[in-house]
Amino acid sequence: MIAREAARGVQAGRARAETQTVTSMRAGRHLRQLAFDVTGIAVAVVMLFPIYWMVITAFKPGRDILTLEPKWFPAPFTLDNFKDAIARPFFLEDVRNSLVIVGVMLVLALLISFLAAVATARFGFRGRNAFLVMIIGVQMVPLNALIIPLYLMLDGVGQTDALPGVIAVYLAVVLPFMIWTLRGFVANIPAELEESAMIDGCTRVGAFFRITFPLVGPGLVATAIFGFIQAWNEYIIAYVLLSSPGNQTLTVWLASFTTNHGPEWGPLMAAATLTGLPVVAFFLLLQRYLAGGLTAGAVKG
Amino acid sequence: MGVAITTPDHEPAPTRPGPFRTRLLPYGLVTPSVAVIGGILAFPLGMLVWLSLQHYGLRELIAHQGEWVWLDNYRAILVDPLFRQVIFRSLAFTFACVVLTVVLSTLIALLLLRVRRAVRVIVMSALVFVWATPVIVTVDIWQWMFDYEFGVINYLLTQLHVGNFIHHNWFDNPLQGWGVLVVVAVWGAIPFVTITVFAGLLQVPGELLDAAQVDGAGGWQRFRFVTAPMLKPIFLIAICLSTIWDFGIFNQPYVLLNQRPSSDYYTIAIYSYRESFGVSQYGLGATIAVLMVIVLVVVTFLYVRETLKVAEIQ
Repeated sequence: MIAREAARGVQAGRARAETQTVTSMRAGRHLRQLAFDVTGIAVAVVMLFPIYWMVITAFKPGRDILTLEPKWFPAPFTLDNFKDAIARPFFLEDVRNSLVIVGVMLVLALLISFLAAVATARFGFRGRNAFLVMIIGVQMVPLNALIIPLYLMLDGVGQTDALPGVIAVYLAVVLPFMIWTLRGFVANIPAELEESAMIDGCTRVGAFFRITFPLVGPGLVATAIFGFIQAWNEYIIAYVLLSSPGNQTLTVWLASFTTNHGPEWGPLMAAATLTGLPVVAFFLLLQRYLAGGLTAGAVKG
Repeated sequence: MGVAITTPDHEPAPTRPGPFRTRLLPYGLVTPSVAVIGGILAFPLGMLVWLSLQHYGLRELIAHQGEWVWLDNYRAILVDPLFRQVIFRSLAFTFACVVLTVVLSTLIALLLLRVRRAVRVIVMSALVFVWATPVIVTVDIWQWMFDYEFGVINYLLTQLHVGNFIHHNWFDNPLQGWGVLVVVAVWGAIPFVTITVFAGLLQVPGELLDAAQVDGAGGWQRFRFVTAPMLKPIFLIAICLSTIWDFGIFNQPYVLLNQRPSSDYYTIAIYSYRESFGVSQYGLGATIAVLMVIVLVVVTFLYVRETLKVAEIQ
């Protein structure tokens, strides 16, 4: 883009054959580029500021948090808020619950959505459109609207206040979007690749696992990240379905920091940092694949 | 991810007259998802409608037996002035959020095309960071930043001479309070939409834009007549999903108002939740939820039809 503009600029400059014009144009372009870059940095700062504020609040001692003139850096620095947060009852249990729920849900969801994605991207079959309509339609129903009947239904089979009930609900909620996304990735891989492998002597299943499966990897990662975020961040279903403190998830645990006198900011910000950490870590861990996934699966044409 | 959701795909391979087993294969592949989605969601959906036709309170919950009242719940809710207020407020809130989200995200995505590589990496990382942070966490952060006594925002606004915001409680005045909620919701929605639109922008062929420029099209015209039409499917899905999410918003007002929002801050989801779990009127709560879905279907009908059209053509 820049090179193209530069080339265009150079041509225009030649036509005028006036060195001075070229210099001033170059300066103008330089200035414009600078303006864009500065705006970009400003956007990043505004977007990131709340996160920055959470992290430094978490590291501040109590007397530095409740000041009329805020301190922009955590100096002096303390880990007391984190110690306080971790020492709250049921922290470890709730971390474990969150990990179990999200982990089990994600493995099942990836498997199930991949099968459906292959079916809808690779096969024309009767009922395919009806299936796609259902996938879109289900996303129209806000989860909050279903809390009451979900609660009553799971209560009927003894699955309230139990992890399998929550896992099942999350699975059903996350699947439609995951199928729709994965379907795009699978469809983008030309079927001819598989066919030529079959001509070279692969079986259909063999061709699929040797050719299509590796290529759809970034798509699986992107979809997994989406599912992870959805499930890890979910609050209201977990809040309603899981009543005993030892059975709850991290997001519900986080809500317990708000007492009748309002929230305790230091420990709350420390706890919020801890809750957000796994998602960010998961993201960073898989980011390498994600970058490929973004371009590979992105909108072509 | 959502980036791939509008991927135009190749013509689905025509069903080959193969052996019986091969023809059944796709059905086998979709069976698990149909079973899970149908098994978990179909029954509650039906039950939601069924509940909305009954008087179902705490006594009925314990007895597992509601009292059939036909459309009485609907009649009661539809004449309830609070319900009309809440619907109107939710729609206005959704409209403001969706417009702001899509416009700002598109501007940021266009900006990302012009900045140098290093700046692009920085902005992208910031977006990913915000996106990855759980909503419940971000709402806590905003609550802290908007705290009336020690919040950093009151301090900054006072320092910047916007006015005297010392000990200013943003939620005293509902209009200001809803303004804060819009800021929080739009801030949270920008990363997803920006990254999606940016991925789409990268696919717009440069030659087309060059050709338009040669033909004398200015910057706005190039966006309006070349880029925007190519991104139509992306805008459709972004608007549609944002509408669904913003209309059903629950966590932001619920947490920002210390889990005890006054009726000035009811969104339709909070109203339904309150009727059900606050005062144990499960029948009325279900009625509100059904009406919420109906309003949403009406509002998003056109988008969904267009989106489906896009998926069918390909």
